Amino acid sequence: MRETFTKGMARNIYYGGGVFFFLVLIGLTVDTVNRISKTDNRENLTEEVIAGKRLWEINDCIGCHSLMGEGAYFAPELGNVYTRFGNSTDAIKGFIMSRPKDGIPGRRSMPQFNFTPEELEQIAQFLKYVDGIKTARDWPPNVKG
Amino acid sequence: MEQLMKFPKSQSIAKLYFIAAIGLFVGQILFGTILGLQYVMGDFLFPEIPFNVARMVHTNLLIVWLLFGFMGAAYYLIPEESERELYAPWLAKLMFWIFLAAGVATILGYLLVPYATLAEITMNDLLPTMGREFLEQPTITKIGIVIVVLAFLFNIGMTILTGRKTVITLVLMTGLVGLAVFFLFAFYLPDNLVLDKYFWWFVVHLWVEGVWELIMAAMLAYVLIKVTGVDREVVEKWLYIIIAMALISGLIGTGHHFFWIGTPSYWQWLGSIFSALEPIPFFMMTLFAFNVVNKRRRDHPNKAAVLWALGTAVMAFLGAGVWGFLHTLAPINYYTHGTQITAAHGHMAFYGAYVMVNLTVISYAMPIINGRQANNQRAQVLEMWSFWLMTVAMVFITLFLTGAGILQVYLQRYSDTPLDFMVVQDKIAIFYWLREIAGIVFLIGLLIYVYSFFAKGEEVKTVDMTS
Ligand code: HEM
Ligand code: HEM
Ligand SMILES: [Fe+2]
Repeated sequence: MRETFTKGMARNIYYGGGVFFFLVLIGLTVDTVNRISKTDNRENLTEEVIAGKRLWEINDCIGCHSLMGEGAYFAPELGNVYTRFGNSTDAIKGFIMSRPKDGIPGRRSMPQFNFTPEELEQIAQFLKYVDGIKTARDWPPNVKG
Repeated sequence: MEQLMKFPKSQSIAKLYFIAAIGLFVGQILFGTILGLQYVMGDFLFPEIPFNVARMVHTNLLIVWLLFGFMGAAYYLIPEESERELYAPWLAKLMFWIFLAAGVATILGYLLVPYATLAEITMNDLLPTMGREFLEQPTITKIGIVIVVLAFLFNIGMTILTGRKTVITLVLMTGLVGLAVFFLFAFYLPDNLVLDKYFWWFVVHLWVEGVWELIMAAMLAYVLIKVTGVDREVVEKWLYIIIAMALISGLIGTGHHFFWIGTPSYWQWLGSIFSALEPIPFFMMTLFAFNVVNKRRRDHPNKAAVLWALGTAVMAFLGAGVWGFLHTLAPINYYTHGTQITAAHGHMAFYGAYVMVNLTVISYAMPIINGRQANNQRAQVLEMWSFWLMTVAMVFITLFLTGAGILQVYLQRYSDTPLDFMVVQDKIAIFYWLREIAGIVFLIGLLIYVYSFFAKGEEVKTVDMTS
């Protein structure tokens, strides 16, 4: 690098730029947290949904599926599964409930989690709540996820 | 002959960390090949090891061994840079065993009991943190990680403060402190899914596209100074400007993950523009590495280490810079978000940047810890073979996944008659088979790498390093 561009200048750009953009990120984060009340479907964040979210977590569903495009890519997107299953929580419950214990020979199979009817309802309600979150441009591009 | 290590008592502790890192790396890749097979033979190991379990073993082993590598590198280079022994060598050894025990216990927990049972016995309900990608560890393990990292930061921090301060140690320390600080977001798990996702990226993105870049640049700069003998002033100027660009682009660049998760739409502009600048620091690392190697003042006998250093610079740019840019603009990411394109990029970026920079430091430091400037001729040739096998295999893994991803995007999201996810997966299975073959070549490369540590052969000529 040219001599006119000194180490001191490089150091100042690092400190100045780093601190400046870190503060910008904090500012944007505050703004985002304030704004998402319009999109995050919090009016439907019931106790049942929260319980469903915990079940989603402690069974590591994200280890196979994606949710709003994040997670694993082994099994279908579930952020819009409520829509895909014809706006039916019963269809979601029926699917989860009916997974064979030993899987389907030769195919990617979902485990049988042996949920109670109450737990099934909680998970289905959680997925319905997720589907109600307003994403930009209505992502995903179509119902297939 | 001059003394190889100035502070053997402290620096040789790195060897423990490096051995553990390589051991866990082998485990990571074994599980990678299991995952790859499950992609095409869905019932492989089902229901004993379901895909999600194998996946968390694969990704968590990756993260843990990279952390072992970073810590080992810090324990090796900080005493030398600071011109003093570690503040507390015993603490570094103690933390090694604690970290290893916690890591192994966690992996066994994943494999031996269902994940929900693991959550129950580790009392996840008291402070729920489990069940998010990369952050699957039980809460108690996460607390353990925090303790180990704090002890580590205290140890190297005191060493730096009471010793000679160099730009390299300062940058490394800043990166490692940042790593610890952002990890704290792993303990924040809000019920609101949008907030949950938003702050999850404060760990994942601000690690790999933020503070880890500082760690990486410092490690690379250290090895380059050592193997080329180039003037510190030159290297330090590069280092500052690289990490400046990393933070300037990467902090707001976090926005490329806030396109479709219920966050405000201004992120589409901010995230696209700033993350489009993120390849710059990686490109500068490439320029930097080739520049100083061309201007080298000596030919270091450790040719393998120089190869790893140059390889890191190139592959990090390809994986993070080029494959990252490929899907980082919002209109493109609209179609590629959460597809095999993401997986392709994730693999080459992690390998090119953080796997390779660790292997660079290990390649440089291990022979010295073992009492020689460089390994014997045959060991180096084997190591360079493993470099090429693993690197070329990773290029092919990336290309096959990219092929799969392009077809997936078209068939499932772009065409006029979009198909179901699982139907598409069947249609693109050939790419997954090819990826699995490339994965096995990667594994062979890795086994040759391990073997190279034991290979005997003709010793290489040493050179005077005092100048
Ligand atoms: C034998 C070679 C490998 C194979 C066959 C393999 C296979 C896989 C598979 C099938 C997944 C899961 C994808 C999904 O969620 O659907 C995965 C995830 C992942 N692997 Fe590997 N892997 C290999 C090597 C590596 C290496 C060397 C690294 C690190 C450098 C790595 C890092 C990762 C990461 C970061 C993820 C998460 C990716 C994401 O969420 O986008 N893998 N791997
Ligand atoms: C060494 C540095 C990097 C590493 C290790 C890395 C790794 C990863 C991984 C593992 C993911 C998947 C996360 C998940 O599971 O959801 C990801 C996503 C992503 N990365 Fe990187 N990355 C790096 C640098 C970059 C850079 C420099 C760019 C942009 C130029 C970039 C752009 C993206 C984008 C846009 C996504 C989201 C993909 C999606 O929408 O599904 N990355 N990265
Ligand atoms: Fe990112």
